[in-house]
Amino acid sequence: MTSSKTAEYIKNNYIIGSEIATRVAYGDALCHLGEANPKVVVLDADLSAATQTNKFAKAFPDRFFDCGIAEGNMMSVSSGLALSGLIPFASTFAMFGAGRAYEQVRNSIAYPRANVKVAVTHSGISVGEDGASHQCIEDIALMRAMPNMTVVCPSDAVEAYNIILAAAEVDAPWYIRLGRSAVPVIHSSDYQFKLGKGEVLKSSSNDDVTIIATGLMVDKALKAYDILQKQGITARVVNMATIKPIDSELILKCARETKAIVTAEEHNIIGGLGSAVSEVMATSGVAKLGMIGMPDCFGRSGSPAELFKLYKMTENDIADKAIDVLK
Amino acid sequence: MPNSNTNLSQISAKARRLIVDMVYHAKSGHPGGSLGIADIMTYLYFEELQNLDVNNPKSPMRDRFVLSKGHCAPALYAALALKGFFPIEDLPRLRKIDSHLQGHPCIEHTPGVDASTGSLGQGISIAAGMAKAAKVQGSDYRVYSVLGDGECQEGQVWEAFMFAAHYKLDNLCAVIDINGLQIDGEVANVMGVEPIASKLAAFNWNVIQIDGHNYDEIKNAFNTARACIGKPSVIIAKTIKGKGVKMFENKAEWHGKAPNDEQYSEIIKSLGGEA
Repeated sequence: MTSSKTAEYIKNNYIIGSEIATRVAYGDALCHLGEANPKVVVLDADLSAATQTNKFAKAFPDRFFDCGIAEGNMMSVSSGLALSGLIPFASTFAMFGAGRAYEQVRNSIAYPRANVKVAVTHSGISVGEDGASHQCIEDIALMRAMPNMTVVCPSDAVEAYNIILAAAEVDAPWYIRLGRSAVPVIHSSDYQFKLGKGEVLKSSSNDDVTIIATGLMVDKALKAYDILQKQGITARVVNMATIKPIDSELILKCARETKAIVTAEEHNIIGGLGSAVSEVMATSGVAKLGMIGMPDCFGRSGSPAELFKLYKMTENDIADKAIDVLK
Repeated sequence: MPNSNTNLSQISAKARRLIVDMVYHAKSGHPGGSLGIADIMTYLYFEELQNLDVNNPKSPMRDRFVLSKGHCAPALYAALALKGFFPIEDLPRLRKIDSHLQGHPCIEHTPGVDASTGSLGQGISIAAGMAKAAKVQGSDYRVYSVLGDGECQEGQVWEAFMFAAHYKLDNLCAVIDINGLQIDGEVANVMGVEPIASKLAAFNWNVIQIDGHNYDEIKNAFNTARACIGKPSVIIAKTIKGKGVKMFENKAEWHGKAPNDEQYSEIIKSLGGEA
């Protein structure tokens, strides 16, 4: 798949404002990679319909390996494949990839720096009705604490597609956090993902507060921007798709230029994006920080919209928090 | 020209002396299991593994070896040093701050090591992944892995056994080192894994049972494994933990302990050498 064909695909399929889950873009991007790079292989643990790897399985059956419901083995097998020169994408839900198979990811993949892309779907509370047992809200913390691991979390289908293509180009272990629910496309088809660089979506010369968001919270941060505008508050909005390595330079710039920072993530407020940003800020101490995320409790069953409301993770909550930290 | 059994025995005697030296100088490590697999490791590195190139340890066509029971690193390091991957003089630096010889095998540090292991149960899965990669790439290299009997208590081992049989990885040969002992005592008392041969047969593996110290049996086993089509092979090797050092033989307490000065002199004397 040439880059122009890729751009064409994104342009025709991921239209700004339409709602597409990042896992759908993952499945699409894998098919393109399958064509472009014979070294790409895909593994799944009996969830290929949900993770969308079934599209690759259908197109490239000889390079798709279902491992059954055995995630630990899948991660170590992926290491063996990578150490033999292939580029494995290992997929399951975030709960099982980062949780159950944590130690296999750590010792079989990160420690030997094996070129495995741990690409997980169904992260966070947007899993919805399946309930807390399947809503992984600790994975960013787990993966971020692991040496050698790159951690990325795309905000929409366009970015997810870009990230999957970028991942195949880099010889290093990556954790790619994808979601179940359809989320609005916020990027145009010419968007280019840059590893380790935050993307400033809204800014002016007199921003009052910076909202740094990741994943599907970026769309909510953009909506919070509108809510704040109506109240005479100007927000800067940053999409932090790379959580590790974190863009310290941009965080410190925002901290210097605005009075406060609010982080927003579909993750526990302990250990995730909020922690990564606060670690950078703690060494500078130039702005106040507020965090939006799961308030250190487990989720529950409900529709994703109800859950975001329950845990104060809507655009209104982001706006309220911004007003609060500015006081 | 294949090595004679006498040659192999001479090499494994050297390996055993090196293992004792390593653990003694490191003042920690795992001598019991390392000595127990010394004959199998010698056969693997001096007879079985093909296309090894000490000047190009990552040569793509080489047969791979994964020490799933990674705590027996001294046995692997002795074989690699005797083979010429790095100087024998490096061995007494095992576990030291400035050494490339980590407590458990590490691919990033040590030439000739094919996988980082030590967390039990993962190595056999990594080996299965390598064997699967050979099938995908149309390469004819083979992959070998040595596991412990205690290690078979890890659930992941059985996930890997399922995977390898399901994908008909006949280029994979596992060796299970049956020494009957683990840290807390006898495997049978801690958490029994027997009957392991019939379990593996039920998992659709080609099962071969041998005395892990008899070179004729070791040779026949690897040849039988190589000839098997459509199934992964497992060599269930009965061994003596601590084999070759009377003080250690069949004693669980020497699983992960180094000899003191006095014990070391006694061992070296018993091996016919000078400390």
